[in-house]
Amino acid sequence: MERFINRGNKATKAGFGEGLLEAGIANLNVIAIGADITASVGVDLFASKFPQRFISLGIAEQNCVGVAAGLALSGKIPVFATYGVFSALRTTDQVRISLCYNNLHVVIGGAHAGVSVGPDGATHQALEDIAIMRVMPNMTVISPCDASQARLAVISSVEQCHGPVYIRFGREAMPDFTSPLQEFIPGKAQLMHEGNDLAIIATGHMTWEALQAAYELEKEGIHARVLNIHTIKPIDEPALILAARECGALVTAEEHQLAGGLGSAVSEVISKNYPVPIEFVGMNDHFGESGPPRELMIKFGFTAENIIIAARKAMSRKGI
Amino acid sequence: MGSQTANGVSSLTLKARCIRQSVVRSLAAAGSGHLGGSMSSADILTALYFSVMKHKPEDPFWAGRDRFILSIGHIAPVLYATLAEAGYFPKEELLSLRKMGSRLQGHPGRDHGLPGMELSAGSLGQGLSVAVGMALAARLDGLDYRVYCLNGDGELQEGSIWEAAMSASHYKLNNLTAIIDRNGLQIDGSTETVMSLEPLKKKWEAFGWNAMECDGHDFGSLLNAFKKAQQEAVRPSIIIAKTIMGKGIPSIEGDYRWHGKAPSKEQAEEMLKEVH
Repeated sequence: MERFINRGNKATKAGFGEGLLEAGIANLNVIAIGADITASVGVDLFASKFPQRFISLGIAEQNCVGVAAGLALSGKIPVFATYGVFSALRTTDQVRISLCYNNLHVVIGGAHAGVSVGPDGATHQALEDIAIMRVMPNMTVISPCDASQARLAVISSVEQCHGPVYIRFGREAMPDFTSPLQEFIPGKAQLMHEGNDLAIIATGHMTWEALQAAYELEKEGIHARVLNIHTIKPIDEPALILAARECGALVTAEEHQLAGGLGSAVSEVISKNYPVPIEFVGMNDHFGESGPPRELMIKFGFTAENIIIAARKAMSRKGI
Repeated sequence: MGSQTANGVSSLTLKARCIRQSVVRSLAAAGSGHLGGSMSSADILTALYFSVMKHKPEDPFWAGRDRFILSIGHIAPVLYATLAEAGYFPKEELLSLRKMGSRLQGHPGRDHGLPGMELSAGSLGQGLSVAVGMALAARLDGLDYRVYCLNGDGELQEGSIWEAAMSASHYKLNNLTAIIDRNGLQIDGSTETVMSLEPLKKKWEAFGWNAMECDGHDFGSLLNAFKKAQQEAVRPSIIIAKTIMGKGIPSIEGDYRWHGKAPSKEQAEEMLKEVH
C-alpha cells in the first residue's frame, strides 16, 4: 500500500471551515450558527461569504442548539460549531431532547478536541465528547483524521446524513496526509495500512501516529493493519470483526478518555463477535493541562511510541 | 383572528369545557399525569386553536400554518385534548394516554406520529429556543406564519429561557409570541417561595420584549392580548396569562398538590360533574 506522507501541517478546524463554506455554496439551506468564537472554529469563512445565512447567538450554547432545532424543523440544515467542551457538554440536555429525540438534521462541530489544544489547558481540551455524543440515540459521531478529511466530513454530513451529526476536530496544525479527492463514506472504516500481525484502530489525530507506529513496526518485520475510524457511530462492525479475525490482537488509539470513547466502542463490538486481546491508548481518567501541544501529547501518552508499546503488549497476549 | 363577539367568546367557553372534560377522562384512564397545569392552560390553548392561529387539522403540516410549541411537555394532556377537539385525530384516542404503543406519550414524542405535534419536548427550558429558530426561519424564507410558544412560570427559572429571550429581541422577532401560564405554583409550592420570578413583566421588558399581562381565563382578555401581539411591529411579545392551577374544577383550584397528579376513576366522576 502507498505510504502516506504529510503534505504540510494544517488544523482540522481549517478543513471544517472550508467544508462548511463549500456545503453552503452547494446548498442554500445551510445555515451557520455562531457562539462568539466563530473564527476560532473556522466558521468565519462561511459567515463572511453568507452574512444573511449566519446567525450570531452569542455565548449561549444551549440556545444555539434549540434554535438549530427550530431551524431544522423549518427545512434548514443548521451547522453549529464551538469548542467541543461546550457544543457537546454544556448542551447535553438540549442535544438529547431538542435534537436527538426529535431526530433533526443538525450538524454540531466540536472544536479543540484533545490535549493537543495546548496552552488553554484542561478546561478547553475536549476529552469526553465522543463518549457523551455516542450514547445519544439517532446521533452520528464523526472524528476526521486530518484537515482534508474534515472538509469532506462536513460536506458529507450536510448532504448524506439525515439526523443529528457531531463532528470533532482539533485546534493545532497537524499532518494533512489524506487525499483531498478521497471518497468519504460515513460509517465506513478506512484501511490505511495493510498487515495481519495486529490491527491499530485509530481516530482523529491519532491516525497519523498509528501510521508512524506501523511504519516503525514494519522495520522489525511486524505487519500492522491500520484502520482509521472516522465515523465512531455508526461504527464499521464488519471491518472491526475482520481485523480481529485476521490479526488476532488490536490496539485502539484516540485523543479522548479511555472510558466511553473509541476503545469502548471497539470493545463492545469485539467482545460480542470475536474476542481478541485489545490494548488501549487514550487518556486514563485524568484532565489535561497547559503546555505545548507536542509535549502534552508525549506527557499523556498520545504518540506512535505509546502505540508501539501497546502493540507489543497486545501481541504478547495473543493465544493466552 | 376569530370573532370577539359575545357569541364567539361563548363558543370558546364551550370548547374549553369539552377540552377540560377530555383531560380529566384521559388522565383518569392513564392513572398518572399532570392535571393542574393542563387545567390552567386549557383556555390559552382554546383561544389559540379555535380563534388565534391559522392551521388546518386536515393538513397538519400545511406550510403556511402558525406553529405552536409546547415547551412545558408535561401538560401534554391538554394539548392532546385540544388537537382532538380541533379534529386532528379521534377523541377516543385520548384514552390511550401514556399506554404502551400509544401515540399520546407522557410527554410529547413526535416519533410516535400523532398529527399536529410540532416538537418532542419535556425537559424544561428548551421550547422557547426552538420557537426562536422557527421564527428566524420564517424571516429567512419571507413567510408570514407566526410562532406561538407556551411556557410555564416555574420553567422561567431555567437559565436557557433567558438566553432565548435575549436572542428573540436581538433579532426583532415580532412574529414570535410566548405565553406564560402564570398559575404561580410549581411542584414544591409557590413560585415566589421556591425561586421568586417577580417582577416578571419588568424582566421581560428589560429583555426587550413587548410584555403584557392578561386574565388567562377570560377569552376577551386573552384575545385582546394576542391581537396586540400581532400588531407589534418590532419586538417579540410575551403574554403573562394570570391563571389558576386546576381551573375549571372548583374542588382543586389553586391546589399545587394537583400539579403532577391524575384523578382516580371515582375522583374523575366527581370532577366531570364539576367541570365548567
